[in-house]
Amino acid sequence: MQPVLEVNELQVHYPTPRGPLKAVDGVSFELAHGERLGLIGESGSGKSTIALALMRLIRPPGRIVGGSAILDGRDLLKIPEEEMRQVRLAQVALVTQGAMNSLNPVIRVRPQMIDAMQAHGIQLNKAGWDSRVDELLTSVDLKPAVADLYPHQLSGGMKQRVCIAIAVSMRPKLIVADEPTSALDVVVQRRVMQTLKKVQDRIGASVILIGHDMGLMAQFAQRVAVMRNGQLVEVGDVRDVFARPKHPYTRLLMDSLPSLHKRDAFAAVAAAP
Amino acid sequence: MNQIPLLELRHVSRTFGGGGMFSQPSVVALDNFSLTIDDQQPSIVAIVGESGSGKTTMARLLLGFELPTSGQILYKGTDLQRLDRQTWAEYRRNVQAIFQDPFGVYNSFYKVDHVLTTPLRKFKLARSRDEERQQIEQALRAVGLRPEETLGRYPHQLSGGQRQRTMVARTLLLRPRVIVADEPVSMIDASLRQTVLGNLLQLKREFGISLIYITHDLTTAYQISDRIMVLYRGQLVEEGEPEQIVREPRHAYTRLLISSIPEPDPDRPWADEEQVELEAV
Repeated sequence: MQPVLEVNELQVHYPTPRGPLKAVDGVSFELAHGERLGLIGESGSGKSTIALALMRLIRPPGRIVGGSAILDGRDLLKIPEEEMRQVRLAQVALVTQGAMNSLNPVIRVRPQMIDAMQAHGIQLNKAGWDSRVDELLTSVDLKPAVADLYPHQLSGGMKQRVCIAIAVSMRPKLIVADEPTSALDVVVQRRVMQTLKKVQDRIGASVILIGHDMGLMAQFAQRVAVMRNGQLVEVGDVRDVFARPKHPYTRLLMDSLPSLHKRDAFAAVAAAP
Repeated sequence: MNQIPLLELRHVSRTFGGGGMFSQPSVVALDNFSLTIDDQQPSIVAIVGESGSGKTTMARLLLGFELPTSGQILYKGTDLQRLDRQTWAEYRRNVQAIFQDPFGVYNSFYKVDHVLTTPLRKFKLARSRDEERQQIEQALRAVGLRPEETLGRYPHQLSGGQRQRTMVARTLLLRPRVIVADEPVSMIDASLRQTVLGNLLQLKREFGISLIYITHDLTTAYQISDRIMVLYRGQLVEEGEPEQIVREPRHAYTRLLISSIPEPDPDRPWADEEQVELEAV
């Protein structure tokens, strides 16, 4: 089957006085229709830079130096800037860690949701908008009444759901979720991730989930890719990678996970330089 | 066991708002909460709960940033509000804090050394610059940092993990009796969390420092604590030894917390939302 997304030899550089910093250094991967890929790595490994590159949101002096990212037959990296504005949200949507802070604090939820869709050419009458907003909020397990609230009246988890509702409002082919729940506590995290899975499944979008929580990856992703220093060190089916991590770095990430099953293993860890 | 505890919260409540004629109904952030830290036997107590459960309010009360609405906080048997000047200074030295954000505590215009020398000078703990330097290097080594790679740098030149370990070193310099750590590892990378928590565990073992570990993460609480207290909406809903809490949780909220932990095993999926929906306490 034809993949939805094909990333080939992606290169993103940031110039420094000591030569270019290769934040993303020749990364290639594919994503099937409706697939959920986990992109794992520590801070600074380049995983968020990939997210920004796919959205074409790399800020200068950072620059996409080479490679391609073919989404449904078109290279995202070659689309003219004006057109890219339409492609964002309509084809590729981004949900970030601080997404809940991207909501405008002085505007109620409904007009913010409508604004996003209007900017992408959707025209409806009032009743049409109302039912569209209702439907989207319901799809992320929020009550339609949330539409009439201001962001500060919502909890972190609710705001993140509003952001997911906006992200899926144009039925994008690809959702890039960059640590969408790392600011939330475990109970809320589970609810938000289950919501994301449900809507993604409903609209048939593919998802790239970026993060460093191996537990979350095991629960959400079907395939995982492990990044280190701008390169992919391991890609594979989630079960294979978790059962038999090939790369020592993947093993290190696995071992660093505290669990409820091995208490003594952790207690032995003392100060290591 | 008639000993006076080092630190004791006795039926402490803290409510916010609700005073004025037009204000919203008051919010009970902490409700009738009691906690004892022994004077002789150091221990790690984990306070576990979600956002809004009152855990940070508790930390602020312990550090004297807030006053309880009712109940008492006692240091060696005396109410914090009645401590004389000298004992208050002793309290401020003996009860130290480590916060969630390893960025916010540093002034980015000063070198890292500043946060380490300031407490030493304030409490006059070093007799000379040489001794000061010696103590600082010792504390940094105790948390696994190399002094030569840490001192003389600016905060932005250190990683989040290094910054947080420097904070642990700072508290160590003061040789406190108790450390109140409010989500000390939630903002640093998974592979570094273990190291920082290992440092805290070591403080108890080697220096006899007690820890009040405030977190929403039951797994790390289980890993390092001697006792877990589960807070839900300002109320203590369950308390016990880590094994007991994790293996035989009695309260529905504790069970929800446990079932929400994402297991690093694709074949042990999260339970469905419906199965664990929580009834109000």
